Amino acid sequence: MTIGSVHSWDLSIGVDGPGTRLVLFTAGCPLRCQYCANPDTWQRRNGVETSVEEVMTRVRRYRRLFDATGGGVTITGGEPLLQPAFTGEVLRACAAEGIHTALDTSGFLGARATDEMLADVGLVLLDIKSWNPATYRRVTGKELVPTLAFAERLARLSRPTWVRFVLVPGLTDAPDNVEGLADFVATLPNVERVDVLAYHRFGAAKYAELGLPYRLEGVAEPTDEQLATARNAFASRGLVVT
Amino acid sequence: MTTMVAPERLDAWRGFSGHRWRHGIDVHRFILDNVTPYQGDGNFLAGPTRRTTGLWERVADLMAVERERGILDADAATPSTITSHRPGYIDREHELIVGLQTDAPLKRAIMPNGGLRMVENGLAAYGYELDERVREIFTTYRKTHNDGVFDAYTPRIRAARKAGIVTGLPDAYGRGRIIGDYRRVALYGVDALIAAKEAEKATLDDVLSSAEVVRDREELAEQIRALRELATMAAGYGFDVARPAETGREAIQWLYLAYLAAIKEQNGAAMSLGRTSTFLDVYLDRDLREGRLTEVQAQELVDDLVIKLRMVRFLRTPEYDALFSGDPTWVTESIGGMARDGRPLVTRTSFRFLQTLYNLGPAPEPNLTVLWSPSLPDGFKRFCAQASIDTSAIQYESDELLRPWSGDDTAIACCVSATQVGKSMQFFGARVNVAKALLYALNGGRDEVSGEQVGPASDPVSGDVLSYEDVRERFDRMLDWLAETYVDALNVIHYMHDKYAYERLEMALHDYPVKRTMACGIAGLSVAADSLAAIRYATVRPVRDETGLIVDYVTEGRFPTYGNDDDRADAIATELVHAFMQKLRRQPTYRNALHTQSVLTITSNVVYGKHTGNTPDGRRAGEPFAPGANPMNGRDSHGLMAAALSVAKLPYDDARDGISLTASTAPSGLGRTPAERVANLVGVLDAYTDAGGFHLNVNVLNRETLLDAMDHPEKYPNLTIRVSGYAVNFVKLTREQQRDVINRTFHQKV
Repeated sequence: MTIGSVHSWDLSIGVDGPGTRLVLFTAGCPLRCQYCANPDTWQRRNGVETSVEEVMTRVRRYRRLFDATGGGVTITGGEPLLQPAFTGEVLRACAAEGIHTALDTSGFLGARATDEMLADVGLVLLDIKSWNPATYRRVTGKELVPTLAFAERLARLSRPTWVRFVLVPGLTDAPDNVEGLADFVATLPNVERVDVLAYHRFGAAKYAELGLPYRLEGVAEPTDEQLATARNAFASRGLVVT
Repeated sequence: MTTMVAPERLDAWRGFSGHRWRHGIDVHRFILDNVTPYQGDGNFLAGPTRRTTGLWERVADLMAVERERGILDADAATPSTITSHRPGYIDREHELIVGLQTDAPLKRAIMPNGGLRMVENGLAAYGYELDERVREIFTTYRKTHNDGVFDAYTPRIRAARKAGIVTGLPDAYGRGRIIGDYRRVALYGVDALIAAKEAEKATLDDVLSSAEVVRDREELAEQIRALRELATMAAGYGFDVARPAETGREAIQWLYLAYLAAIKEQNGAAMSLGRTSTFLDVYLDRDLREGRLTEVQAQELVDDLVIKLRMVRFLRTPEYDALFSGDPTWVTESIGGMARDGRPLVTRTSFRFLQTLYNLGPAPEPNLTVLWSPSLPDGFKRFCAQASIDTSAIQYESDELLRPWSGDDTAIACCVSATQVGKSMQFFGARVNVAKALLYALNGGRDEVSGEQVGPASDPVSGDVLSYEDVRERFDRMLDWLAETYVDALNVIHYMHDKYAYERLEMALHDYPVKRTMACGIAGLSVAADSLAAIRYATVRPVRDETGLIVDYVTEGRFPTYGNDDDRADAIATELVHAFMQKLRRQPTYRNALHTQSVLTITSNVVYGKHTGNTPDGRRAGEPFAPGANPMNGRDSHGLMAAALSVAKLPYDDARDGISLTASTAPSGLGRTPAERVANLVGVLDAYTDAGGFHLNVNVLNRETLLDAMDHPEKYPNLTIRVSGYAVNFVKLTREQQRDVINRTFHQKV
């Protein structure tokens, strides 16, 4: 039985895929996004060793809840594809029981997801942190290319996908960055919607607790106007934006 | 619209179906025989007319003055009775439904039968003085409920009451939570009701006069007298309620006058309305079909009724208001639900009642309560969810739990108490503080704040580390004492209330004999459960003062907490509810009332917390408890739904007086788009009901809005939030309570 490192779980409503969802936070992430709200999930050692069967015991507990709310399971992190065997088995087990699944990933490790694994994913929540490669590096510390390759592969496989983009004033909101991403996403027929998320500071306290520097100190949350501009960039290309 | 008075007398029951309800008093049967369930959405609804808006603005202006002064006015010389005051109006020409508690809007009446001190203090707080003659009457010639109770309280009850382990007892004012079946007046008229009461009384003519029988005969005689007074009061407004209502407008007017008579007679803690919308729909629907009424006019009538219900006022002391946040009256109206035959009891008028939240703006009263079932029509479910998201002014109770036990004509009294309308009543019993009882158990019955011996004396816990088994056993014994003391106090209170402040009119609108429940309650459930979980799963070391009293705890290690769908902690809470109910059931009750229990605090969780010392779960002395059955603030870390599932585990069979959960979320915590939020809230309510959850208050608010409202109350006169079973005006809360609301877990996801 495969063991994964799981940071925590919660039940969320309408924000991590459709309906009320059991959200599984895996521990460990290759990216170090400046705005990350969950720095406590960066290290694999911060998780609890959990077997697929243990996860499924909790999943089954919420079967009726999923049925009543049109929900399911969302695996997020951390980066779930850092533990592809574990993530794949959880997805497999859920799919086998007819439970809707969502995979929330940056796509950076998309190559680790096999086609078989992706066939078990009901919905991919693909976080594209930035379009401009330099900005991507600045935001995440890593390269953009693998994410784009993964996005194109999802399109080829026709996997339903919601693209997520976090708007951080002064960091990701440059017009060419937003427009470029919108142009790219508009070429992907499998993308059902785009969530333009407002950067928020709820994670800041965790950095202090962990003794980590918070690099966005002094950065304001985006205004409604800034959000509307970014959303419009996607909407004007015929994308469904929320 | 100027007049809708019927030009000539009509057959009151024209077009109605069914027979059984014609031959006896049976409103329930009438509804089942005549209801037209509505399966559609809210698109048919009408907005407010200019007249409605104008009338409501006049009232809102008066309420603004009232908010500034505390009360608008009071009549300090006239003890209120059904007929004590001349007819009062807001604006006679423009009112469609009339009737006020006194001769002027928002002018408060005095009701000394419950207790004179409450009246005197209430008046004094706002600069009024009780009329000398009234004082003389109620000190020299007439005894009050309050006087009677204190004649019969035992030293043990007094000590428990003073220490605040037994609290909020209705021993100084009206007990409330009794719902007259006000619909009867509309359907049958007062003459028929009097005849039925006389027949009931005649059944006692050949029964020997035991104390019980004499009391019943006297009560029935008083009920008949009250019905006659209702007819007299109505005649003052120009209405002949001796006969049944003939139109929708009359049905609403008759029903309201009956309710008005009740609130003129009783200053009950909660004066709920019942389950009236679908009943009234039969009349409004008939008028619409007959062409007497348009949708706009039907909505106007409902809007006008609701304006009246928003104006219900009682004179209370500032301390009472601080305990319960503002000026609560709990004019609870139960809406929706399913019939036992599978039909929804949702009608267009169910929608019209909820529509008042838009036409008049959100408000805490009437306390709109939706009886939820996953089987309700989709259009209604979505309309409710939308209204919750827009106004935060609706509470939900599980029709799936209510219906099997108390039938499909159940209404909620106060916040969460089920009542079979016209067939059952409750003896309201407030609640005991089980968190404090746990501390008593550790301290051998001494109060952790005062050091006084309140509970039965025993050796306090010894040793350095608390042992779960030892604590459980001590706690169990302490709860035995608590249950006994508590029900003993309630028996005294309700004996005296029946004797000195009997609800004549409300009881006249009940069947004889009536079913009675003794509604006990507990506060501090989550604190007690988490403390026991800490003792069981972590290491808890007591800290003693120089007298040996345990005043603090050092807790090391992690422990599961209630509210995270973790069975280890939730089972402790569940067992505690069950165990205390068992203990209550063993106590004899006044008039053989059936024992029930609630897990409900309203807003008194703040005050209970204030009077309770440090607890083993790490809560500091004075910190507020969580409201009702909520998990402790901030300890539910797995989301709103996980908390709800924990609460849903509490057994309704052991808490049939209701289990309250208040959930607050930012709009974004329900989904990303408005349409998704509606669908998701419907899903949450379905899932919670499916899991066995009983009650849910839904607040959809931004934390920032509340913070701003604390500093700029003038900007938010209508900001309504749900608090443990009812709604309050946020700006009327004390700052302490406002902070408590904001500190409660905001389930926020972005």
